Amino acid sequence: MALAADSPAPAADTAAPLLEVEGVTLQYKTRQHLVTATYRVDFRVYRGDRFILLGPSGCGKSSLLKGVGGFLKPVEGSIRLNGRAIERPGPDRMMVFQEFDQLLPWKTVKQNVMFPMLASRRCSAREAAERAMAYIAKVGLEKFCDIYPHMLSGGMKQRVAIARAMAMEPAILLMDEPFASLDALTRRKMQDELLLLWEDIRFTMLFVTHSIEEAIIVGNRILVLSPHPGQVKAEINSDRSPDGAASLQRRIRRMLFAEEVEAAGASP
Amino acid sequence: MSAGRAALLPPSRPEFERETLDARNIGEIERPLSLLERLGNIAALRRLLLLVLLAAVWQAYASWLDNPLIFPTFADTVAALVKGVASGELVARTVTSIKVLVMGYAAGVAAAALLTGFAVSTRIGTDLLTTLTAMFNPLPAIALLPLGLLWFGLGNPSLIFVLIHSVLWAVSLNTFSGFLAVSQTLRMAGHNYGLRGLRYVARILVPAALPAILTGLKVGWAFAWRTLIAAELVFGVSSGSGGLGWFIYENKNELETANVFAGLFTVIMIGLVVESVVFRAVENGTVRKWGMQQ
Repeated sequence: MALAADSPAPAADTAAPLLEVEGVTLQYKTRQHLVTATYRVDFRVYRGDRFILLGPSGCGKSSLLKGVGGFLKPVEGSIRLNGRAIERPGPDRMMVFQEFDQLLPWKTVKQNVMFPMLASRRCSAREAAERAMAYIAKVGLEKFCDIYPHMLSGGMKQRVAIARAMAMEPAILLMDEPFASLDALTRRKMQDELLLLWEDIRFTMLFVTHSIEEAIIVGNRILVLSPHPGQVKAEINSDRSPDGAASLQRRIRRMLFAEEVEAAGASP
Repeated sequence: MSAGRAALLPPSRPEFERETLDARNIGEIERPLSLLERLGNIAALRRLLLLVLLAAVWQAYASWLDNPLIFPTFADTVAALVKGVASGELVARTVTSIKVLVMGYAAGVAAAALLTGFAVSTRIGTDLLTTLTAMFNPLPAIALLPLGLLWFGLGNPSLIFVLIHSVLWAVSLNTFSGFLAVSQTLRMAGHNYGLRGLRYVARILVPAALPAILTGLKVGWAFAWRTLIAAELVFGVSSGSGGLGWFIYENKNELETANVFAGLFTVIMIGLVVESVVFRAVENGTVRKWGMQQ
């Protein structure tokens, strides 16, 4: 699979970043604590990027995604999409969640894909139906378009969720560990399918994962975050060549686990 | 040490690969169930059988007791029922009751919708709902009847007043707990599409909480039905012809025990029909079809 984004794209408007995250500190409240999820995080996503937020649990990667989604307001710093600050959730940033229950159980596959287009009043019913079928075909689920979600397997549900998000043709696709609940074989297959879709449509996505392997397979650019609170550790280009991937994997692993080793070594 | 380790090594075995057989040649993979097995799987049939059995026990006991004044036989009750239906009296009474019931039920459900809508959108609304349900849910509706009679006089309005009370709290409580149980993912998905306010409640929360809402509607229905019959027993006639409760009361006074049983029988049958036909149909068309309820 040749991925063109690994070489610079020729389009002119790729020069300006699509998403700018600057000095973002995110906090959320639990019942007893105020938790700082990320501290002064910066990164920029350009059009056509498959941008990965990678880090161990507690590094605030999901919080960052929620921040971009508009579900969490930064206490410091700014998040801008196309130069405009993000105020609230909106259909220009479609989210794909890890959980299978993100599909509406009372709607068929086709109705699920149509729903955001109709709910956001972006399309007429006819147009929504056409677009829904086109994207359902892209994820290979034409045969299942009139079936309710509870009859689908986990992988199929995630495909529907991806089709639903893509059918909106959002400025950026936000993926919160979409394959984490799948079995290893299905996950591997879905990663390849996602890359094929990207080859086909060239969408921009921000992809959260805790798997170094997945980050290298799916992404073209990887933001490595350290935990408690999340801070930027590195931003690196992915390398999918077998040797490159292996050394990159070792490099990231060293980056993420160096602190633990040091801490363990320091303690008497 | 190394000798001990070596002894623990599993034996080395040759590898192999195989062609799998064509499944068609293996023989029986699935076969249809027998007629008896399939009939046994029909819930309606099993329940019908149970009802027939109960009727037989009733008939046997009443025949043995042989005291139609205290306990008429099943056959007598059915005869009284047929007579009541044929003369039109029982039908008219039933229609009167159901009319009032539907009005009260609809008003109660509408009030519950308002209350839960308010509760789900504001925090003070939540407090109001929890406080009101905690106060009024344990209060039997029939206990409010004297007050209803005082405020609205003898007639349908006071009946509807107690009916609203019997429906409102059960439906509100269930609907609201259904709303609270809607998963965070679905909520975020709804907000992601730009849904807010009433559209969000109507298009995400209500369908997602439908199993709980249906439970509330069922409980509310049962409460309303028994409240109505009880209220009619207490003060009976409103606007000329009384309802089923009054029918039962009248016939008790005239010692027409078979008619009393026929009246009770009608109450039970309507309850059964609504539960196992109306609500079941709604469930089959919604929550069961969507896999939200088994």
